[in-house]
Amino acid sequence: MTKVRIPPTLREQTGGEREVLAEGDTVADLLDDLMGRFPALRQQLVEDEGLAPFVNVYVEGEDVRTLDGLETEVHPGSTVTLLPAMAGG
Amino acid sequence: MLSYRDLLQQTRGEIEEVDASRARELIEAGEPLVVDVREQDEWDEGHIPGAVHIPRGYLESRIERAAPDPARPIVVYCSAGNRSAFAAKTLGDLGYEDVVSVSGGFTDWKRNGFAVEVHTGLDAQRRARYSRHLLIPEVGEEGQLKLLDSKVLLIGAGGLGSPASLYLAAAGVGRIGIVDADVVDESNLQRQIVHSTERLGEAKVDSAKRTIEALNSDVEVVTYKERLSSENIERILAVGWDVIVDGADNFPTRYLVNDASVWHGVPVVHGSIYRFEGQVTVFKPHEGPCYRCLFPSPPPPELAPSCAEGGVLGVLPGVIGTLQANETLKLALGIGEPLVGRLLLFDALAAEFSELKLRRDPDCPVCGEQPTITDYVDYVEFCAGTREPA
Repeated sequence: MTKVRIPPTLREQTGGEREVLAEGDTVADLLDDLMGRFPALRQQLVEDEGLAPFVNVYVEGEDVRTLDGLETEVHPGSTVTLLPAMAGG
Repeated sequence: MLSYRDLLQQTRGEIEEVDASRARELIEAGEPLVVDVREQDEWDEGHIPGAVHIPRGYLESRIERAAPDPARPIVVYCSAGNRSAFAAKTLGDLGYEDVVSVSGGFTDWKRNGFAVEVHTGLDAQRRARYSRHLLIPEVGEEGQLKLLDSKVLLIGAGGLGSPASLYLAAAGVGRIGIVDADVVDESNLQRQIVHSTERLGEAKVDSAKRTIEALNSDVEVVTYKERLSSENIERILAVGWDVIVDGADNFPTRYLVNDASVWHGVPVVHGSIYRFEGQVTVFKPHEGPCYRCLFPSPPPPELAPSCAEGGVLGVLPGVIGTLQANETLKLALGIGEPLVGRLLLFDALAAEFSELKLRRDPDCPVCGEQPTITDYVDYVEFCAGTREPA
């Protein structure tokens, strides 16, 4: 299981949890697991079968787009962060 | 006991003295360090060009920074050659090998008609106001003059713009522009500390201008009581701002600011907040990523978190807006490591900071190798009717 940090703007979709454990060896698997359990997340994360342009995923502080994208491997100790655009000021 | 005259006489015997003409020859021939040991008001009225000013009372504590090499020749002067005689003796005691005192001092220098540089720095009042900046070597008088000469544009006089504008004004940023179309509302006052209860109903830009001018009359406040759009952005940017502080409350404005900053080459200090969490970064065009490298396009309006139910802890914009002011001052001064390519996250509940790496996207639609966006985009209004900044 890998810890996924849920940003405040997506907590409504995850029952208010700040951190959720998810299963999978890659970012894609993790997200599938999460969206299976929290279906409302899907429209916040996915567009045209890929990651939506208004959200980023980080593994150990690095954008997965600079790693292997959704195929980036994750491990039980990895820190995964979801980062959607946030506009408040 | 020695009288002053005796001590002066004795000291003169232990140092080397030159007259003004010889001093000028030395200065022109080589590269001696010229040290003026007079008081501030004397220095302000004029000094030998290229001299450094170290009042005699600070000589021992400050000379090492000005002259790290003890072998470099030093020409020291005061008004008439007495204080500089004692200073030369001290410098010799400290181990400086080649020190001369100008016997007739600056008075003799001027009498000879030699070049004089008149100080164009801070006056006494400003030196007092910014004294805590002047004491920091990384800022100093030169840095303070830079700040007074700098121009910062604030997008939004709300949660983030409030603390940012106050600290930038207090720091002596010479010109502050503020763009905001709203008026002060009761629900703003839980966090927007640049405003106050008596300003309810007043335009935010006017309210902010009043507060800033009361804080520091060195600051010229330029107000834009309008919402940033593709129609007005070029006019507002024509001033030539050094830094933009983005404290907007909506996506359309943030994308306009980003695209403009890339096309104009102006760094943006970005901050955003939601409930207990905030983010800060610096988008420095072509040196680091831009907002669109991070998020190529905004979420559709129906997915953007509702402004009405968003909410924010009042102090959160205080933390984030103050960090934005910090980054802005660093950029204006050219010091430190700005948050370029790094997104700083703050979680108020956990009292935790964390950092994510941001990289330039070569396929970025605005700052990438083959830009696909070359004109301003007015995105659909989010949270229409409730334009209350989070």
